[in-house]
Amino acid sequence: MIHIQHYLVLGATLFTIGAFGFLTRRNVLVALMSIELMLNAVNLTLVAFNRLHAGNLALVAPGGRNLHHGGQMFAFFIIAVAAAEAAVGLAIVLALYRLRRSVRTDEADQLRG
Amino acid sequence: MSMPTIQQVYFSICAALAVAGAVITVLARNPIRGAMGLLLAIGGMAALFLSLSAEFLAAVQLLVYAGAVVVLFLFVIMLLGPDAHTPRDKSVAAPRLVAAAGALLVASGGIATILFWNGTGRVPAFPPLVPGPGSVLNVEAAIERASGVTPAKLGTIEAMANEVYVAGLVPFEIASALLLVAVVGAVAVARGRQGEGPRRPAGEKSGSPPAPIGAMASAADAAAGPAPARRA
Repeated sequence: MIHIQHYLVLGATLFTIGAFGFLTRRNVLVALMSIELMLNAVNLTLVAFNRLHAGNLALVAPGGRNLHHGGQMFAFFIIAVAAAEAAVGLAIVLALYRLRRSVRTDEADQLRG
Repeated sequence: MSMPTIQQVYFSICAALAVAGAVITVLARNPIRGAMGLLLAIGGMAALFLSLSAEFLAAVQLLVYAGAVVVLFLFVIMLLGPDAHTPRDKSVAAPRLVAAAGALLVASGGIATILFWNGTGRVPAFPPLVPGPGSVLNVEAAIERASGVTPAKLGTIEAMANEVYVAGLVPFEIASALLLVAVVGAVAVARGRQGEGPRRPAGEKSGSPPAPIGAMASAADAAAGPAPARRA
């Protein structure tokens, strides 16, 4: 049987790989891709919890405002936020490249005192 | 050791693809190879969404991530050309970070296992999709009793719409505003200040090399008298 732990451990693994990439790589593009990985790992966890609680009768409210897909809805909005974040992040990468002719994070030190 | 079930085989293949793609994303020297790894990880996770009866989210994942985000990454990588490749990408703090990341992974896996093992050896199983005690169908029947309409199956586009447009209507509208602001901001940031140079008065010879901003402004003032105020 596949249980929730399998998904949780997989999500933790993917999040850790993404965090590792974000902390160690100096390429802005790779750092942004690592952020996408972390967001995706969280999505996987949310969807797994949604599936775990899909049989919970307490989530049914009178009047139709039930939350049978609460976790999936969260994942849906996280995907929207991730798309916006990727667009703005890549625009910043282009602006940084125009300024410094480089995409290394340690060259972006204009605000250093 | 019994034969692995089809669910176990499916989960193992998808999880291996997702982890392999994630490792490629993080470790690849060439960012294009990293983007391909991200694509692999996203595909693996979309396949796992299918196994969690989240069909609509799997489709959205493929459309938005594989179709839009990864393609945007590839556009930027190819726009930057060889400069997107940073060869000297070794970090001095790497061994300590590897240790920290491994500790984080072990801790999170351990916490997940402890929280959901209950000390009784009984693992909470996913509720079945077939009729029976604790089934998802019982919840759907309760929703039908409470609201009067027959709900769609878990994870379909119809069932998701019935909740996103009812319980999540305000966040949905806020998300649309967020996306609009993000698009305008991305265009503004990526275009830079190229449209904001000092306006030359008509008749001045164009094509002169760009001068420092202060010098150019004073020259324009001297040439044209009341020059139009430049935008900040």
